[in-house]
Amino acid sequence: MSILIDENTKLLVQGITGREGSFHASRCKQYGTNLVCGVTPGRGGTMFEETVPIYNTVDQAVAETGANASLIFVPPAFAADAIVESADAGIPVIACITEGIPVMDMVRVLRHIKGLPVTLIGPNCPGMLSPHGRCKMGIMPPHIYMPGRVGVVSRSGTLTYEAVGQLTGLGIGQSTSVGIGGDPLVGTSFIDVLQMFQDDPDTDAVVMIGEIGGTREQEAAEFIKSDFTKPVAALIVGQSAPPGRRMGHAGAIVTGSAGRAAEKTRALAAAGVTIVPSPGEIATTIREVLGTR
Amino acid sequence: MKIHEYQAKEILAGYRVPVPRGGVASTREEAAKVAAEIGGRVVVKAQVHAGGRGKAGGIKLVSTPEEAAEAAGSLLGTRLVTPQTGPEGVPIGSVLIEEAVDVAKEMYVGVVIDGAARGPLVIASEAGGMEIEEVAETSPEKILRVEVDPVLGLQPYQGRKLAYGLNSEPALVRPIAELIGNLYDAFVARDCSLVEINPLVITADGRLLAVDAKLSIDDDALFRHPDLLELRDPLQEDPLDSQAAEIDLNYVKLDGDVGCIVNGAGLGMATMDVIEAAGASPANFLDIGGSAGEEKVAQALRIIVSDPSVKRVLVNVFGGILRCDVVARGLLLAAEGLSDATPPMVVRMLGTNAEEGRKILSDSNLEITLVDDLNEAAEAIRAA
Repeated sequence: MSILIDENTKLLVQGITGREGSFHASRCKQYGTNLVCGVTPGRGGTMFEETVPIYNTVDQAVAETGANASLIFVPPAFAADAIVESADAGIPVIACITEGIPVMDMVRVLRHIKGLPVTLIGPNCPGMLSPHGRCKMGIMPPHIYMPGRVGVVSRSGTLTYEAVGQLTGLGIGQSTSVGIGGDPLVGTSFIDVLQMFQDDPDTDAVVMIGEIGGTREQEAAEFIKSDFTKPVAALIVGQSAPPGRRMGHAGAIVTGSAGRAAEKTRALAAAGVTIVPSPGEIATTIREVLGTR
Repeated sequence: MKIHEYQAKEILAGYRVPVPRGGVASTREEAAKVAAEIGGRVVVKAQVHAGGRGKAGGIKLVSTPEEAAEAAGSLLGTRLVTPQTGPEGVPIGSVLIEEAVDVAKEMYVGVVIDGAARGPLVIASEAGGMEIEEVAETSPEKILRVEVDPVLGLQPYQGRKLAYGLNSEPALVRPIAELIGNLYDAFVARDCSLVEINPLVITADGRLLAVDAKLSIDDDALFRHPDLLELRDPLQEDPLDSQAAEIDLNYVKLDGDVGCIVNGAGLGMATMDVIEAAGASPANFLDIGGSAGEEKVAQALRIIVSDPSVKRVLVNVFGGILRCDVVARGLLLAAEGLSDATPPMVVRMLGTNAEEGRKILSDSNLEITLVDDLNEAAEAIRAA
């Protein structure tokens, strides 16, 4: 099994006629994802690759096809609107790939969806993939994955591929991999995903990949200490990033020195998480963790 | 995007935030003229994109237009080195000349987007005039925070709450609350990532004045503010940084000698960590992004090699959308055009079309070591 997506996922792609949207919609379909429709305003009534209907609005697409997940490739200026459109149409799982959405737009989006029954992954993320369910809702290269029982959650795209590639290389399969996104404001936190892995009977252990900036890893550490019972191996990258390069004056005040890699590693280790000593050792670390159980 | 103090004050004045009388000058003559118009004692302030100017000698108090010209002349065309700049400093292209004020009290107010609050956060403190991070470390109880609902906007009570929290005298509660409201409006309307008034001064004669102001714009929102885009000052940026920014490469210059070319920010940081673990130091962070073409890869390598401190190069690509053969061709394209020999390269390629990419590189006559994983990459960098 898996989290967020599975063989019952009926995927809608917003921005399906764009360069990136069409390329990745096609790749998702090839992998086995049940791509039921696309949305591009003004292109309603036409078909994508001759079999997938395109609609003008998400409402209409949901009514006609029963789509229950939306993958967004809309340009940054229009992406916030696209997220809200899917959330308002009642789609429970949304992944937004778009990078470079104005932060104030995301502030408003997150405020709007707070009370709605929707999980937003991203923005600025690779999406998620479930090897068991043959469901790919994202932009990752699918051939590196194999079915298994390790969950992967990461803030980064290519570093997720690095982790998955290493795992598969050692014959360790994955239950689901989720990229939560590299932006300061994202819809889903490490904690949210960890909770899903906790509740998933088919996930035995988790690889968590964090990075410098913010305090989401420390919050995850608190959660792991109190509420997470499965083994976790964590890698924090950016150990060597220079502290002098600040994100912004008042930005640093909110988190103090907490944004540093060493702080995050310490918090996670204190919560009982096994720390991956260097980026080349993600899979060997989780193998040890699994072996000692 | 950072802008200069005088530009920030012009923007804030448009939102009825009171700022000192003054004007900007880029020559001695202009400085004298502005000082004469203001009359009396004035402050001459170097306009650079870095804090810590006062201690670095970038702010001078003078009494006459002649002295203002003198002070401007000593600053203009030089480079200011502050704790926030590198040892080479940043160039001073203009100075801001303002009325000198008699200070009764200094405070701090700022607005920022807070990740934990998932929205705007207004910060205020009675400990104005010093670095706010320092206040946060030494006396966190002096920092007041108010989270703002982005749909409602800053509520009047929140402004009052901060004003009372700053121990303002009764007559100033309303003006301070209003000022904070105006500051918030400017923050939202101009898509800022940071707005700071430090210090916000109460003058001896009871006026409120934003004596220093700092404003950063959300780069991702610049498309809807073409007027703000014109405020960019490329002279304040590292030339390699701005060259990279122009072609949409995410580049940060660092101190080491191993140039890095990577796709993805997370993998980029991981690669830097691997280099450090191998006992070497990265010369840069560089993310070529997910959809680079050959020419962009080539430009990335040209930028890396134009940095004289680079002695070896590590390329680490996990192909997804980005194809490894495209990266390989881009590297060759750049190497062919370089007059000097390219430094030794260690290349690790995985993912989409990795085999093809590796073949292209091994068939070339470049000095390239191909490796399979991050641990091998570390070994090879140590040996290069």
